[in-house]
Order: sequence, then structure tokens, then C-alpha cells
Amino acid sequence: MAVLKVKFSKTKRDKLAQVLWILNWISVVTGAILFSLGIFLKVEINKRGEVMAERDVQYVPNMLIAVGLIACAINFLGGKICYDCVDTTKFLRWKLIMLPYTVCTFFFTFCVLVGALMCYSMHWELEESLNLGLTQAMRFYKDTDTPGRCFLKRTVDMLQIEFQCCGNNGYRDWFQIQWVSNRYLDMSKKEVIDRLRSNVEGKYLMDGVPFSCCNLNSPRPCIQQQITNNSAHYNYEHQSEELNLWMKGCRQTLLEYYTHILQSIGLTVLITWLFELSVLTGVRYLQTSLENVLRQGDPNSDSEGWLLENGLMETARTNLNVIKNLGKSNQIGGGDNGDPNIDVPSTSKAHYGPDNVPPKQKTEAS
Amino acid sequence: MALLKMKFNQQRRVRLAQGLWLLSWLALTCGAFVFCLGVYLKTELLRRDEVMDNGEIHVVPNILIMVGLASIGTNWIASRVCQDSLDTSRFPRWKVLLLAWFVVAALVCCLLLTVVVLSYALQGRLEESLKVGLRNGIRFYKDTDVPGRCFQKETIDHLQMEFRCCGNNNFKDWFEVQWVSNRYLDFTSQEVKDRIRSNVDNRYLLDGVPFSCCNPASPRPCLQYHLTDSRAHYNYEYQSEELNLYSRGCRQALTDYYMGLMNSTGPGVLSVILIQMSVLLSMRYLQTAVEGAMALEDPEGESEGYLLEKGVKETYQDVRAKVLNVVKFGQVDPAEEASGAAEGEKTTDTSTEKAATPPPAS
Repeated sequence: MAVLKVKFSKTKRDKLAQVLWILNWISVVTGAILFSLGIFLKVEINKRGEVMAERDVQYVPNMLIAVGLIACAINFLGGKICYDCVDTTKFLRWKLIMLPYTVCTFFFTFCVLVGALMCYSMHWELEESLNLGLTQAMRFYKDTDTPGRCFLKRTVDMLQIEFQCCGNNGYRDWFQIQWVSNRYLDMSKKEVIDRLRSNVEGKYLMDGVPFSCCNLNSPRPCIQQQITNNSAHYNYEHQSEELNLWMKGCRQTLLEYYTHILQSIGLTVLITWLFELSVLTGVRYLQTSLENVLRQGDPNSDSEGWLLENGLMETARTNLNVIKNLGKSNQIGGGDNGDPNIDVPSTSKAHYGPDNVPPKQKTEAS
Repeated sequence: MALLKMKFNQQRRVRLAQGLWLLSWLALTCGAFVFCLGVYLKTELLRRDEVMDNGEIHVVPNILIMVGLASIGTNWIASRVCQDSLDTSRFPRWKVLLLAWFVVAALVCCLLLTVVVLSYALQGRLEESLKVGLRNGIRFYKDTDVPGRCFQKETIDHLQMEFRCCGNNNFKDWFEVQWVSNRYLDFTSQEVKDRIRSNVDNRYLLDGVPFSCCNPASPRPCLQYHLTDSRAHYNYEYQSEELNLYSRGCRQALTDYYMGLMNSTGPGVLSVILIQMSVLLSMRYLQTAVEGAMALEDPEGESEGYLLEKGVKETYQDVRAKVLNVVKFGQVDPAEEASGAAEGEKTTDTSTEKAATPPPAS
């Protein structure tokens, strides 16, 4: 009892082959698009690589790149096959490859779906990575004389300016770390010594932020130092002042930025997956209908095409048996439980000379 | 004596037409390129419109856009002419148009050349315009509550951060301007009163700059205030500090940027001029060769192609005479003309009479 049987006349088969040829070439283009989207995502992640801690976020763009390349290759081959399928004689040379090709395409389509789902699942890994990365970067902001960390000040400043954000969760993160290097602190001043003594670790903490947190849209010149002290600045109230600094945290901003990119990419990959699925269905129908035509012998006759010859459960059972038997082919002496003492008549054909006549059976009497 | 005469047999004419067709399509894409270049340059100039005082520099992208469109049109017509040139029945209808075409194509080449010259010549005007515009921007930096000027703070901050520059010529321009609004000055404080009294115009001047002048590449957190006072900050020397603020002036930065844009397009525009000139010359050869062939008894035979029928001087005199005739044609003297016409008629009558009388005599 075949699954979704459809009757195909000769013209219908030819039309199906032509349509599939065009669809395969469109799929090559979508495969190239997937590849370029993977490269774009990889570049975007590497651009901000300095504020991301070591987390395995590279697997998503790598998967997209691989899937894109394989899509191009598979659909290119599919295009060639479908082009030849219009002519029954040319179909013969692809006959043996078609079934493995269809199976490969089925698994590949599954990979595309996995790729699309991974785009959406990357969100949490990314958040973790950004959280840790930004905390570290802010901690090493002052170490502009330490090789390996000297670039972090510039990176964080440019990040805050470009993405219009301040700190990890908000500007108050800067109050909890020392972002002014000791080289620029006058240790002989009383104020500096007081601040250093005011906390356990001896850090120079202050309620000020770097200049890159300043909001461009503020009507007044930027207030960076003594932010929580209302009396330090004229006509200033710390609680109600919103335009002075960037209010958003950089982790939130970067996450939104990447989520936006990933959602668009995920949507594109899902659409590609649906497209690949339809191409796969068409190729399967074409394959089965052409095989049935060959079985019937007359190339111009009608034939049937289906997705599966028997029902789903039967096909699964037969495939499992095939896989089991593959494992068994290495075992010696399949019958009689492998006992070597039982006389098993030889089934191999022996060559008895050019006439191929077996010698007369010698009787015991002679 | 024709200028640069060349012989064309039928095969050469066909080759010329085909080559010119390809060349005109190439010139058409070049025309589209010039148009896009003009549009891009105009958008870039419009983006910084707020810090420019006048729009004189806009003549460069405007000409580029016009020339791009004209070039697309003329080269499309050229390709149609090529397609029809080998067909003797269809070619004559282009004859009238070709003179106008040559004029337009020559004009396109001249305008492109003008654009290249202008883009170098207008550099001084651009600098002037930027100087005035930036000066105004810095002066109105504090007026964020005055409608019509409230955007200047954001514009200048954005500009300084994007182009990595500070002030008009350098950061000291900020010392001469009050860039902190009076709304945020505590007039009861002694320091404020001292500063205001220290100059004639009663402005609050300080040796500080806005935060947008800060250089992120500096190893130390940005120093914005008390810049000239080496003792105000620890381990700071005003004269030798280079990385703290952006050292370039915004006028210089913007001029360099726009000059860089226009100079990098210079070679492209020059090559477009060359291609357009070659289309013009080839079209002239094709026209004269095909017309010569059509005038022959054997249309497939050899004909001559030239640039000018007579020499340069003679052609110039001919054209001058024609133009003067056209000008004179406008000046109508009815009396002279009527008498001249009557005389002309009389002479023809007498000649016909003379011709008529002998036969009766014989």
C-alpha cells in the first residue's frame, strides 16, 4: 500500500523533470545565500570577539557555511540528474545513483532544519559569553600598559560609542571597578588615599564613568564625574537625569543586535528548508515514476509515482532488517549452526573440463 | 583635402558598425557609472549640510548627474544608429539627428572635463564654506534650547567623533567660545564670576573641550578640563600630550575626506571621457563611410570615411559663413528683395524671350 501514490503520464513526467531542473538551480542559489549568511555571521561575531568570553558560539556560523556548500553541491547534481531524466535512455546511467541521492538529500534536509533551530538556540550561549566577556573587558580597561590587554580600553570605548550603551547592565557597573590606572593617581593626595582605603581591596573607586558613556543627545555638556552627587553640579538632579549618559547596558544592546541578525538568518534558513523539502519530494516522485516506467518497458506509457512503496511501518521494518543482515554477512556458515562435522553438499559449480560433463560415479564393485 | 581620410570596404564598414555598437554599450554603462557617482557624491555632501555655509560645491555632483543621464541617452541612440547603419533603407532617417548627436556628445565630453577641473578648483571654496559653517556650529553649540540651533550640539559632537577631529583648526578653538550654556552655570559661585569678568564680552571661557574631542586610543582616561594647567592633573604635561584629544581640526578632516572622494573618482571620469571621445570619432567615420557608400552606384563597394570633409580651416570658414547667412536671413529688407526679385524675373523673361525669338526667325 504505497504512500501518496500519483499517476504520471509521459508529458507530466517531462514537465516534472523540467520544473525540478529549474528548482534545483534556484536551490543552488539559495545554498550560496546560506553560505554567505554563514560567513556574514562569522565576521560579525569575530568583530566583537574581544568582548566575548571563550564560549562555543562558532558552531552556528560553521554549520551554516557547511550546509550552504553541501546544498550547492547536492542541488547542482540534482539539476544534472533532472535534466537527464527527460530522456529515458539518459536516465539509465543515473538509475543506480538516484536512490542513494534521494536518501542523502533527505538527511541533508534534516541538517538544514537543525541549522535553522540552532540559530534560535544560540541566544543563551551568546548571553553567557557576552556577560563574562564584558565584565573582563571592563576590569582590564585601565591596563593600557599590559601587553595582551592594552587594546581593551579602546575596544570598550568604541563599543560604548557605537552601540550607545554604558557598562554591562548599566552605568553603575563602572562604580564598582577601578578604571583609572594607578599610573595617573597622585598617591600623595589625601583624597586619593581616602578612596583607596574606603574599600577592602584597595581599589580607587569613584562614582564616575569614562567619556564614552556620554550621551550625544544631552542638552548640557556631559557630566562624567560625581554623578550621584547632586550638589556637585548646578541645576542637576541625579535621579531624574536621563539624557546625560547612555542608559542601556552593553550586554543588552549587543544581545539585541545579534538576536536580530540571528532571527533574520533563521527565517531565511527555514524558508530554504521548506524549499529543499519540496525539491526532495519532487525528486522522489520523479525517481519512482521513472523506475516504474522502466519496469513496464514502454517509455511512453503512464506510470505511478509514490513516496514510499509500502507503508511507513513496513518500510522501516524492511530497512532495519537490511541493516541487521549487513551485520550478519561477516559470520561464517549461516546454516546448521556452524557445526563443521556435518556433511554439507557443495553448492559451488566445479569445472569438469571443456565438455563440462561430470565424471561417471565409480561403483564400489569396480 | 579631407581630414584623416580612411578607406572602408564593405567588410570594414560592417566591422566598424559592430565594434561601435559594442563600444556604445560600454559607454552607456560608463554613463550609468557617472550618474551613480554623482548621486553618491551629492548624498555625501548633503549629509554634512549643516556644517557647510554655502552650496557651491554642489555644482560638481549636479553636473555629474546631468552628464550621466545625457551620456546614457546619447550612447543608446548611438547603438540604434549602428544597428541601422548597414541597412540603406533605415539609415537615412538618422541623418538629420546625427548633427545634433555630435553636438551633444561633444558637450558631454567638455562637461566631464570641466567636472574634473572644477573638483580641484573648488577646494578653496569648500574650505571657506566649512570654515564658516564649523565656526557657527561651535558658537551655537551651547544653544540647545534655541529652535533652529538646538541640533548644533549633536551635529558637532557626532562630527567630531566620526571624523576624529576637534574644533575648527584644532582643539584650542573651544577655548575662545563659551560652549557651556548659562542655564548650567551657578552664578553665585566665585569661580564662575571670576571667569565671566575675565573677558570683555562676559563669556564663560574655560580651557576645556567637550567630551566628543576625546581620543579613545589614549592610554589614560580622557582629560577634558584644565588642559593648559600641567599641575591640575597628575603625571600630565600639556605640551607633550598628544594622544589625549584628537589633534586634527574638523575643517581639515572634512576637506581631506571630500577631496579624497573626488580625487579617487578622477581617473574613472577621465577614462569615461576617453571612451566617449572614441565613440564620437568612430560614429563620424561610420557616418561618412556609409553615406559615401550609399552615394556610390555599387552600395557594397569601397568608400571613404573622414573626420572633416575639408581641412580644419576651410571647415571653420564654411561654418562661419553658414552661421552668418542664417543671422543675415533674419534681417529682411523687403524693398531690396522685391526689386531684386523683379530684376531676376526680368532677366529670366528676356532670356526666355531671346530663346523664343530665334526659332520663329528660322
